[in-house]
Amino acid sequence: MSEKTLRARRRRDPLSVFLRVIVWLAALITVGVFVALVGYILIKGVPNLSLDLFQLKYTSDNCSMLPAIFNTIYMTLLSLVVAVPLGIFSAIYLTEYARRGNKLVKVVRLTTETLQGIPSIVYGLFGYLFFLVQLQWGYSLLAGAMTLAIMILPLIMRTTEEAVLSVPDGYREGSFALGAGRLRTIFRIVLPTAIPGILAGVILAIGRIVGETAALIYTAGTYAQTADSLFSPVRTLSVHMYVLSSEGLHIDQAYATAAVLLIVVVGINALSAAVAKSIVKRRG
Amino acid sequence: MSKNTHETDATGGLKGFLARRREGLMHGVFAVAACVSIICVILICVFLFGNAIPTLREIGLLNFLSGTTWRPGNDIYGILPMILGSIYVTAGALVVGVPIALLTSIFMARFCPKRILRPLTAAVNLLAGIPSVVYGFFGLTVMVPMVREHLGGNGNSMLTASLLLGMMILPTIIGVALSSIRAVPESYYEGSLALGASHERSVFFVVFPAAKSGVMAGVILGVGRAIGETMAVIMVAGNQPRMPKGILEGVRTLTTNIVMEMGYASGMHRDALIATAAVLFVFILIINFSFSMMKRRSEK
Repeated sequence: MSEKTLRARRRRDPLSVFLRVIVWLAALITVGVFVALVGYILIKGVPNLSLDLFQLKYTSDNCSMLPAIFNTIYMTLLSLVVAVPLGIFSAIYLTEYARRGNKLVKVVRLTTETLQGIPSIVYGLFGYLFFLVQLQWGYSLLAGAMTLAIMILPLIMRTTEEAVLSVPDGYREGSFALGAGRLRTIFRIVLPTAIPGILAGVILAIGRIVGETAALIYTAGTYAQTADSLFSPVRTLSVHMYVLSSEGLHIDQAYATAAVLLIVVVGINALSAAVAKSIVKRRG
Repeated sequence: MSKNTHETDATGGLKGFLARRREGLMHGVFAVAACVSIICVILICVFLFGNAIPTLREIGLLNFLSGTTWRPGNDIYGILPMILGSIYVTAGALVVGVPIALLTSIFMARFCPKRILRPLTAAVNLLAGIPSVVYGFFGLTVMVPMVREHLGGNGNSMLTASLLLGMMILPTIIGVALSSIRAVPESYYEGSLALGASHERSVFFVVFPAAKSGVMAGVILGVGRAIGETMAVIMVAGNQPRMPKGILEGVRTLTTNIVMEMGYASGMHRDALIATAAVLFVFILIINFSFSMMKRRSEK
């Protein structure tokens, strides 16, 4: 029997055909979900975009999302200011200082794994209990940002760790051989080399922040104007989106807001993927 | 600590002393930063359980967990409807999502033509990035009316929530399952081909079973996502606080219970909501634990 007929017979095997059909079907469904979701939101949302939605002040007539966009930017910056240095420093400790079998490292890994699995509503409730009830901050930009900082910390730690670990040991050895101390080696050699990886992680974290709702409703509140201090109650774009759709009064504006949110978040994620890919290319 | 700073000894003198001090100081700063995540977990536990335990003592743990009525107005706090709601919705999401996710990951690992792989990977990754409010809004405006028209009921139902969550956990499961399928040694596949099995049979009955711990880990991660999801569920599930009646009836989960009522709750009611979050947190801890067990097993 020639190889060709053998292969043909294998193709006709009904079970094999069935299996091939179902994997193609599953992949089609996955793509279909993506296309349906993105397509529907964009088709319904983009035509509803209007200048009214980008007024400086929010009123119940114009449903402007511009204040929410500003708030989202403040929220993102504030969370990153707290979480990025902490995440990078702790990743440095884990990779550059801790020895093999260090007890602290094991505990830190366990806790970051735990933090990563906690649902955002639990973060939100914790933020409410700690920042609002215990520290008496009230619904505020700051309380929301701190809650989100805790939430994105494990993400930044993990991506930084991966990035730092991928810096070749030869770089460090070269730096030590030239007489640089450990600290100088880290800040002048290791971190600059690892920056693209760290950046990809930070961008991913930004995506998480922009898309977050449940952790913010009871920490930052739902007040629709632009923040004027750290202690102003604010609503970010995602919370704005949720409030609009649950009120159900301004469904067209809700579509438009959803489209903007989707474009921003998908854009951020694509950017992160592009940055990560540029590293692979450079290394490759 | 001093062992780590010996590189600076070469400079000697005052300068070396200062450099050593700086090295030591920054070593301390890095160690403290590493401890922050530990502190966060401790704080979260202290504040959740510290608030929940007195409440649970007052209501009675068993009454709270097995009570079938949630009527805060009359001081009746039983969260069994919400526990069941969470379990049913999550189970429904698994029924919808797991087969599709696993078959898609098999497809991406072993069947996908090269041209399609990149856009497909991008689509899966972007699916993971879409915010849950956007999923929820899609559910609210598309799936709820669809279920209402074709299957009856008012559309805000357990079924709708399960379908939506099934979509949301796709990228989570695909990500983990795909990497574990790819990690199966090529020799397994080749050995099976050499014995005369077809490509499809080799992948399904040799490669896929070899990846099962990793695949299980992915499914458990999906369970965690589904049970913790709040905003998308709240928009499509109906949220009636009563025992789940059927798949076309409304249902309330642990997560949505908190968001629905936290805004106006006070006193005992508020404490009962915090206790709900504590119960959810225990669920999540169990799920996390089984996830890391599975992951460890698959790495072996």
